[in-house]
Amino acid sequence: MSVGLDGRPDREYSAPRVRRRPPTPAEARAEVIVGALFVLTMLAGLALLLVYLVGGDTQIQGLLLTLAFGGIGAGIVIWAQWLLGTHEAIEDRHPIMPERDDASMAGEAATREAEAGFTRRHLLIGLMFGALGGLGAALLIPVLSLGPAPGRDLFVTAWKKGSRVVGLDGKPVRADQLPVDGVLTVFPEGSVGDAMAQTLLIRVPPDLMRLPADRMAWAPEGYVAYSKVCTHAGCPVGLYRASQHRLICPCHQSTFDVLDGAIPTFGPAARPLPQLPIQLQPDGTFVALGGFPGPVGPSFWNMTSEGGS
Amino acid sequence: MSDRDLLDPGGSATGGEQLPPELRDAVRLRGEPVPRAADGVDGDELRSPGEDIPIVGGAVRFLDERTGLATFGRTALQKVFPDHWSFLLGEVAAFSFIVLLLTGTFLTFFFRPDATPTTYTGPYGPLDGATVSSAFASVMQLSFQVKAGLLMRQVHHWTALLFVAAIVTHLLRVFFTGAFRRPREVNWIIGFGLLTIALGEGFSGYSLPDDLLSGTGLRIAYSAALSIPFIGPWFASLFFGGIFPSPAFISRLFVIHVMLLPGALIGGISIHLLIVWLQKHTQYKVPGATERNVIGLSLWPGQTFRSVGLFFLTVAVVTLLGGFFQINPVWEYGPFIPYTAASPAQPDYYIGWLEGLLRMAPGWQVTILGITIPEPFVPGVVLPGLLFGAMWAWPFIEARITGDHREHNLLDWPWEAPWRAATGAAFAGIFVVLMLAGANDVIGAWLGIPVETLTVLFRVLIFAAPVAAWLVVYWLARARLERGSGPIEPPGGVALRRNASGGFEELHDRATIEASVGTAGKR
Repeated sequence: MSVGLDGRPDREYSAPRVRRRPPTPAEARAEVIVGALFVLTMLAGLALLLVYLVGGDTQIQGLLLTLAFGGIGAGIVIWAQWLLGTHEAIEDRHPIMPERDDASMAGEAATREAEAGFTRRHLLIGLMFGALGGLGAALLIPVLSLGPAPGRDLFVTAWKKGSRVVGLDGKPVRADQLPVDGVLTVFPEGSVGDAMAQTLLIRVPPDLMRLPADRMAWAPEGYVAYSKVCTHAGCPVGLYRASQHRLICPCHQSTFDVLDGAIPTFGPAARPLPQLPIQLQPDGTFVALGGFPGPVGPSFWNMTSEGGS
Repeated sequence: MSDRDLLDPGGSATGGEQLPPELRDAVRLRGEPVPRAADGVDGDELRSPGEDIPIVGGAVRFLDERTGLATFGRTALQKVFPDHWSFLLGEVAAFSFIVLLLTGTFLTFFFRPDATPTTYTGPYGPLDGATVSSAFASVMQLSFQVKAGLLMRQVHHWTALLFVAAIVTHLLRVFFTGAFRRPREVNWIIGFGLLTIALGEGFSGYSLPDDLLSGTGLRIAYSAALSIPFIGPWFASLFFGGIFPSPAFISRLFVIHVMLLPGALIGGISIHLLIVWLQKHTQYKVPGATERNVIGLSLWPGQTFRSVGLFFLTVAVVTLLGGFFQINPVWEYGPFIPYTAASPAQPDYYIGWLEGLLRMAPGWQVTILGITIPEPFVPGVVLPGLLFGAMWAWPFIEARITGDHREHNLLDWPWEAPWRAATGAAFAGIFVVLMLAGANDVIGAWLGIPVETLTVLFRVLIFAAPVAAWLVVYWLARARLERGSGPIEPPGGVALRRNASGGFEELHDRATIEASVGTAGKR
């Protein structure tokens, strides 16, 4: 007869008792290892506090944290593997499909009958869906507040007729700043740093240019300007391979031929970089003859609808 | 006999006649007698269940006298967990998530989700005086001036990488062993949803510091959103708060990263585990395992000790990584500036396959009747959707193909379903090629091969690799299947059989062991 924890004698159930016996050598060794690992955690934790207080070094703190967590973790696992034993247990698995008895069948019948009061009324059900649709439309209101309508912002940039071409410092770019095969990031005056208006001014030998005839005038004396926003996924087209006169986007390696109107020659981009019409002024600076002839940056479904505006 | 504490067989717990037929002959390879886990003791109202277990007894009795929960508690304590390392992969994911919540909470106390420009002043000289966003400045301050701040940040980032890796390996285990079959299709779907959310968590997380790399990633995400026909411009504008880069977005991203997605993960993980609990674990085809039982360690103390130990060891690994291995050094990338780009730019590895899709796709774009299908739409939206959709629906696809709609609680060894293993390998092949393609500039520079050549190579490989993987794995699995299963070797233990006189005898050869299992109950 055993005695329960509450001190009452246990009449009907006798629990399997754990027989105590001295530890085997293997167990004694495991106990020492586990103890040592717990001490390691203790010491590492204290050392961590000390290191933190005297200044804190990322590497040493990381190492001490590793020792602290590793010590207690390994200790517990060794305890489990060597000292707890691996008493395997077997659990029955019951079918997941519930069994249907008479009582539940009766209950289902009652529910079905009650449910008919709902399913029979087709008109009301239709109207209910209409009501839910109306509620859904009402819920669109806060969603629409999340952002401005896309509007025409995707079609136009800050460039317009007469915009002076300036560099990152806001000062007008002079033609003699740029050597042959040189490249410069430029903006319309007053919009330095603008993400959509960023433009590359490139100088190439004029006789190599193969632009369409009506656009030759947009590139005076071999100075040609293209949008810097990649037409693939919008990254700045930041690499210029002067030997081949190719612009390369660092994100997905779309490659554009500077001599040939920046048409894509490799990679995922499907459209040329839009060319900015520029004019060389007598004082050696540049102005835009107008905005870009089409939307800059990544494509969208209705981008041709207002093209050329 | 075992050299461990002995279980006194004097009680009725393992009496042969009360056991179900399949257990009557207690053959255990671990060298242990078989106590039944859910050993109900009827007509015993005076006692609270679990009292005999010393450590938990008091707590159980206290609760039971007030709630009656102990009946559940006893079942819970003795719930059986199969003892195989591959069942711990999901636990590593869960423990990583706990570490992420703790370290992430620490980070929120210092991070400012604010795009307002400010001038950086601080101990990092190269950026001193630079104009950066308030968010970037707060990350710099956290990394250089808050004690243990960099450690916490790096542990958080490394743990995020481990989190996704653990989910993916867990998913591979579930796939290749057929654990997703009925009745576990539901949990496959939830688990796959958790992976998807984890990818979003990772992406939104490394986009928060507002450095050059994260800005590049967001811009690409914006362009993919913009590319959706008809709704793209509206969707992108509403989600990002205007045309990219919108100053409104960083605070939105912050709420998404620290509230919406973690909330979804907590909910999803809870349901995931609840379903595992209700359905009970699957198990490998170890001797004695049937469709109607679960063999393993009970929750207390065996599994609890192992899991708690594993938790601490997981933390030990991520603190080692976070302490010693630099990750996401935003000061090297610099602040986000819309007109500059980082090269080479690499996302975290688990986004690499999406990057690969975008990089290897040809520049095809059509405009019909004024409606343009932008190039990024197919590789950036449609193909990821199809790939994930196919894997999501896999349990139903497989059931349709095989016509097998039965419940399965015993796992297949991977080679037992060669076509499934082959299909899994083909999918893995696709993702490996895509990840490599996402790093084509780095690989090209490393090997000295032009990026263009590499990209063309990857365009071939994306079709060739899955086919080759399918054929090779199918052939390997068939060969393994035809060779048959090897002899059952007791791993480091002995096989015991309970004999008619109540004692135990050791079994030595395989034939006897199998005969004993096969003739259970016939003495």
